[in-house]
Parts: sequence; structure tokens; C-alpha cells
Amino acid sequence: MSSEMLLPAVGENEAPFWEAAAKGELRIQQCAGCERLRFPPRPMCPRCQSTESTWALMSGGGTIYSFVVPHPPLLPQFNDLAPYNVILVTLDEDPTIRLIGNLVDQVGDKINAVDPSSIELDKPVQVVFEQINDDIHMPRWLRV
Amino acid sequence: MLKDATAIVGIGETPFAKGLEPSECQLASEAIVAALADAGLEPSDVDGMASYTMESTEEVEVAKNIGAGDLHFFGKVGYGGGGGPGVVGLLAMAVATGRCNVGVAWRSRKRGSGQRPWAGAHAQVTPASAWTRPWGLLRPVDEIGLLTRRYMHLYGATRDHLANVALAVRKHANNNPRAIMYERTMTREDYMKARWISEPLCLFDNCLETDGALACVIVRADRARDCPHRPVYIHSASQGLPSQSEVMTNYWNEDPMRGPAWTCAEGLYRSSDIKPEDIKVAQLYDAFTPLVLLSLEGYGFCKRGEGAEFTNDGNISIGGRLPLNTSGGGLSEAYVHGFNLINEGVRQMRGTSCNQVKDADTCLVTAGEGVPTSALLLRN
Repeated sequence: MSSEMLLPAVGENEAPFWEAAAKGELRIQQCAGCERLRFPPRPMCPRCQSTESTWALMSGGGTIYSFVVPHPPLLPQFNDLAPYNVILVTLDEDPTIRLIGNLVDQVGDKINAVDPSSIELDKPVQVVFEQINDDIHMPRWLRV
Repeated sequence: MLKDATAIVGIGETPFAKGLEPSECQLASEAIVAALADAGLEPSDVDGMASYTMESTEEVEVAKNIGAGDLHFFGKVGYGGGGGPGVVGLLAMAVATGRCNVGVAWRSRKRGSGQRPWAGAHAQVTPASAWTRPWGLLRPVDEIGLLTRRYMHLYGATRDHLANVALAVRKHANNNPRAIMYERTMTREDYMKARWISEPLCLFDNCLETDGALACVIVRADRARDCPHRPVYIHSASQGLPSQSEVMTNYWNEDPMRGPAWTCAEGLYRSSDIKPEDIKVAQLYDAFTPLVLLSLEGYGFCKRGEGAEFTNDGNISIGGRLPLNTSGGGLSEAYVHGFNLINEGVRQMRGTSCNQVKDADTCLVTAGEGVPTSALLLRN
């Protein structure tokens, strides 16, 4: 499956996220001037207009803000998995930073492994990383 | 000031269907020529044009085809379904300020024929797509489905409320011979049994896929009074792009439930004598049923979290507090990026709708909620 996965586009804004993910770390861009976190990553801080940034290590904890269960028609590689779950996770460190992901019961599970009727909003989750290839380790989420 | 300075004096459209034979350029040209005939004007009178950035027919080609005069204004508005009223608003500014005298706005689309916009395996619609698509959040219905489930969780909205929207506009389409769903009635049971597209949204929460083109003609108010139809004045026009907002995937601010409609409404009513309580009919952008609930709140017809409840008791049907999408809207008439909502707003103000709201003298027309959006207040 991994050879046909839809891989994330990694440009200069995104690269530090994926380099950290390959080490099993969830890092979010942080302004070097005022320390505000921002996502998706981009060149300028909306609060202090600094163009200097670092990448802050997150705890990897969050809560489920919402989820959907897509059904066909989808892209071919997702049609085969449907219905599967897509969750939106609010990070514990900042309520304005949310990551799209998938809920699984263990690392390496397919994204359709969890029974969608068991997913509840506002419940805590913890990030894990599934290695797709040498460069890409996809964040997935486990229930705490 | 823009207020009542311009008017829509002509509307035109092609038939709506899947798999129309003519090219988008031909459809655009036919819709524009029809709108000019409706306005009692000649193609050679046209000196201004406006459309969507997603429009595939360019001014140069369309102007050549219809035999337009020398153009002094041409412009486009972005963000797909967020653009319709914004296109008309842009053109109205150009006419009101004297940049041009006879402006045409149009949208031509063969959505029912080609590949869906999200279907390119590497389509990067926005930079944010890099953070959504790899996990399987692929389509607009998935992106809006996430907001919908959160909304249902916060406010106790149910599928019955979404069904209220789908059923009300379907019934309106059943009175409109131009509507794709003219002959197709729908029951609540049909809605509840429909297949899922992205839970919590089913087939009937989604708009149609349509080929077709529409256009309208704008002139200054003083000139409008010489045209054959009752002028439909553009009382107010607005756009809305909230701070720290995103296109469709509006997940990265404190309050994703307070979308672009709120920002757009603020601008719309600031320059308006018409307030929400004065509005008797509305055409609210309905690519997905939940957008209607969010728009009812954003444009001030009810309080935050009350949009679902507002759809009960026939409130949004003919005879109710605020009949919505009286031609059938994007859900049941045609989905042409919302331009059919504009033309239907004009018909309501002329008194010629298939579902005419008695004594309607104001109409709100909105663009897509969830994207940088726009709106118009029309009056007669």
C-alpha cells in the first residue's frame, strides 16, 4: 500500500516538520521573536511579523475536535480503504493548532481499523508515527 | 457610495444539464447575449466584464464572440463558490464609479462533464492541502463534514435539520421547470436512506454536478429606469475573509464555527438600510446543507447555534419566515458556483419567480461559507 499512498508535499516550509517526524518527534513552527506557535508553517509571524522561526517540541497529546468517515467516490488508493476515519486533533499546547490525522489502535494499523462508531469528540489522543518510506513518517493517533 | 447606485437590469442563462454539447465559451456567450436581450441592450453596448478566477472562458474570447464594444473594465474574483456576489459587487463598483457603463458578469461551467476538481492525485488546491489530503481528507465534502460534526456536537443539531434544508429546496425545485430536479420529488425517508458520502453528510447534503452558464447585466440606477424590466438595485455588497482564515479547511483559529459569513455580514449591513429582520427571502449558498445553517447565523437571522432550529416549522419554505433558495439552489436547481442564486434573487425582486414570495422587496444572496466569501443585498 505504501508505494501508492498519497504522500505529503514537502517544500521548504514543511521540511522541518517531516525531519522531526522521522525522529519520532512532533514539532510545530514557533516564532523566534514572540514565541507564538503557528500552523500551517509559513514565512512570517502574524503577531510580531518576525521571519525568524524555530520548531518547538510538542508533547504529542491532543483531543479530538471532530472527525469524518469518507465513503467513495475517492482517489483509488482511498476507495480501497473506505470507509475510514479522518480526525482533527487540537494540540494540548495551543487550541488554535489542529492536525488532520487518522485514529488507529496501534502503529501500522490501516486507517479503517477503528470502528467509527467508537470515536468520540473531545477525547484525548496521543501521536504516533508510521514509517511510510525513508523520508516520510506519518503522524497517526492512539486513544489515551 | 455604492448603495442603490447600480441595478441589475438583465439576466440570462442556458439550460442546465449533465453533458451539454456546446463548449463553455459558447454557453457563456449564449447566456450573456440572453441577459443583454433581457435588458434591452446590444452586445456592442458592453464596456465592462467581470467573472470568477476559476472561470475558464476569458474576457478576450467572450468579448469577441458576443461582439462587445471597447472594454474599459475587466476583473475577476477568487475562491470559487465564494466569488459570485463578489463578482457582481466588483462590477457594480466599476459601474458606480464610471469606469464602465454596461457591465456583464458571468459564470460558465461544465462541472457535470469533466473530472471533479479534487480528483487529481497531486492536486494542491491550497498550501494547506499538504496538511489534509495525505490522511484522506480529499474532497470539499470531507472538509465541510468535519465542521458539520463539530457543529452538531456543540449545538445538538441532527440529520433532521440538514434534511429540512434538502427537502425545502427540493420542493422549490419541483416548481421550477428549469431545475435539474424539477420532476424528482424527495421525502424525509429518501434523505435518511441515501448513501453516505462523508459521514455525517449523505448524498442529499451535496449539491448537483451541472453544466450550464448564467449572466447578468449591470448599469447605473438612472439608466436602469429606461430598461424594460423593473430595476433590481444593488443596495449593498460585501466580501469577507476573516483574520487567520483558511480556504475550506478553516481549522486553525480559535473559533472555526465563526466563519467568513460573519465577517461578510458585518460589511454588508454596515453600509445598508436593510437589516436581517427586513429581509423576506434569501438565496444562501448551498454546496452543502450545513453551509445554510452556518449562513443563517452569520447573516443574523438567528443567534449562534440556532441555525439548525431555524430550519424547523417550515421557516425556510414558501409562506415561512425566510423562504430560501427559491429556484432550488445548488442542491436541486443547478450548481454553477452559485450564479443561479443571483439570477433567482433578481426574479424575486421582479416578482417573476416560480416560487414568488409575496411582497418581497429585499433579497439576500450569499456565496460559499467556509471560503473567502461575498454577499449582495438586492431591493426593488
